[in-house]
Amino acid sequence: MKLLHLVATAVTGLLLIVGSLDLAETGDPAAPAATHVSPRYIESGLEETGVENMVTAVLADYRGFDTLGEVTVIFTGAIAVLLILRNGLKGEEDEA
Amino acid sequence: MTRYPPEGQPPDIIIRVVCRSLVPFIQLFGLYVVVHGHSSPGGGFQGGVTLAASFVLLALAEGRGALRRHIPLGALNAFASAGVLLYAGLGVVCLALGANYLDYGPLPFAEPRSVGMLVIEIGVGITVMAAMLSIFRDMLEF
Repeated sequence: MKLLHLVATAVTGLLLIVGSLDLAETGDPAAPAATHVSPRYIESGLEETGVENMVTAVLADYRGFDTLGEVTVIFTGAIAVLLILRNGLKGEEDEA
Repeated sequence: MTRYPPEGQPPDIIIRVVCRSLVPFIQLFGLYVVVHGHSSPGGGFQGGVTLAASFVLLALAEGRGALRRHIPLGALNAFASAGVLLYAGLGVVCLALGANYLDYGPLPFAEPRSVGMLVIEIGVGITVMAAMLSIFRDMLEF
């Protein structure tokens, strides 16, 4: 069983390494990521969203759903800390 | 490591006065970062953390009891939930107005997308501030 795990891990790792060889160079202007959505954000971001800050336009408008997830992650983190730590404080709870 | 303020002693007057006079400026800057996220670097995440830091500074200067006395845990939890609710609720409003989820186009304002982004940035700011303070308070009590 351990051998099977080792083989599965090695194969997955090799596949990932082979896959990473085909990744575009960092900052390559001809990369697919830089030729499809990026020009659209840069060229028509202002007129489509009416917001000067390109980062905010992408974060809050084009990818608003992603940011909603990020906020939920932070909220969940606070709730998790609350549940873990406050369970240890049972009995000395204050009035709040 | 010694605790500040030392057991049974009041907080140092110099630290108290300096921190107390710094806090309003930090909070004003935090609000500026949240509201001005459209046109300058910033936004809900950064502004929320700045606001939370002002309360943390206050708690450090005034001693552990101050935060406990002035900011109830229930309020922090309510604020953290309210921010997410504001964000997700705006998405539902957009749905009700006939657009896609979080597509601010049909909101009834002169610049609907700008206003939509401002609303969600405020929601993000509220949640981040309350979550940071809630974690800080939980760790103080622990």
